[in-house]
Amino acid sequence: MRYSERELLSLSRQPAEKAAEILMRAPKKGSVLKKRLVKLVVNFLFYFRTDEAEPIGALLLEHCKINKEEENVFSISFIEEPDRKYSFECDTEEQCQEWIEALRRASYEFMRRSLIFYRNEIQKMTGKDPLEQYGISEEARFQLGTRKL
Amino acid sequence: GEAGAARREQRSGRARRSLGAMKLNERSLVCYATCDSPADNAGFLSKKGERNTAYHRRWFVLKGNMLFYFEERESREPVGVIILEGCTVELCEAAEEFAFAIKFDCAKARTYVLAAESQAAMESWVKSLSRASFDYMRLVVKELEKQLEEMQRGLAGSRSVQRRSPIYRKTKPALCVNPTSPALGLPPPRERAAAPPCAPLKENGCAVWNNAPCVDTLPAGDGPRGLADSGSGKPPPLPPRRRTSSGNTCGTGALLADSPVCPGTVCFSKLHDWYGREITELRREWQESHKL
Repeated sequence: MRYSERELLSLSRQPAEKAAEILMRAPKKGSVLKKRLVKLVVNFLFYFRTDEAEPIGALLLEHCKINKEEENVFSISFIEEPDRKYSFECDTEEQCQEWIEALRRASYEFMRRSLIFYRNEIQKMTGKDPLEQYGISEEARFQLGTRKL
Repeated sequence: GEAGAARREQRSGRARRSLGAMKLNERSLVCYATCDSPADNAGFLSKKGERNTAYHRRWFVLKGNMLFYFEERESREPVGVIILEGCTVELCEAAEEFAFAIKFDCAKARTYVLAAESQAAMESWVKSLSRASFDYMRLVVKELEKQLEEMQRGLAGSRSVQRRSPIYRKTKPALCVNPTSPALGLPPPRERAAAPPCAPLKENGCAVWNNAPCVDTLPAGDGPRGLADSGSGKPPPLPPRRRTSSGNTCGTGALLADSPVCPGTVCFSKLHDWYGREITELRREWQESHKL
């Protein structure tokens, strides 16, 4: 599948939600923990060698599950392959929890659910659709329930 | 593979790596593209080739900030994907009718020229692509969250109106406001919201969204789920806040090159107007062409 590395690269340079040096292990069998600079930008998790300016790789954080593993450790797996895990070992349990929280909220789909929730709540309280004044009420992406095309 | 790893080992320590070596979780992307989660837009568009000028008709599927394109509607795997962050969508002059372009601001970035099959389809695509970025979604969410909060604070009947600065700041635990201290007679804090009684302040300074005692348990926000508990008053956790670097806010590859505001300032209506410019222009042109 084709994708633009330039676009990804540019994105990897944007200000991050969160960035830290964390020990990371790829899902491949026999992989070892390696120190990486891990950077969360929009719904992508970029990972860099600590002395390099360009990322080694990126993970799109959609349809994924963030799992708490043993102490200081969390993992990312994708729903179609739940046993294939990217493992991250943090310095502290606190750091681990912060990353878990941040990553769980980092998907577009999660934000969409938040938006639909707030929209619904505001509508219940005021009887008005808060998106109307912006002219985006009919946008497919903001609809509650199944969106059919 | 092995050779690739060896090459990377040799290159470690150098600041730049050549393109073509960045990994991406492609399998997951393909699943995301082809699973039956609803799309934000889908349809046939003709895509202008990168090197030659021929247009190829492809089946496009927009999910979130990812625009996938397939050879055929029934293809099991996309030919490619366009990541819709830091781009603008504009009408353009092209060999094909109903053409528009997706332009990126980063250096040597490719411009994608696409052509729809009708005026209505073009408008629909330009609209949905203009609003497809994660950043845009985040702004809308923040705006609604702020509105809801203000409403609920109003309901809680707090006497002094404490308007929170639109630029959210991280608050230190030491500054935690005692929710039981009388607000009357004290100047409202400039950067802090008053906490409704019994509700703990979130560490990023955004007050909680309801007055239920200590709703601190986060629902599992991973994986696709329906809004099973949307009626129970337990909202999803706050979306992450983007930290912008001070001074040079956008850096290389500015996300909103021509935007009057930087994403760091939550000036939603301005940003929305800016996104809406294309639509207004489209509408005007359409109306004019129909006068003839």
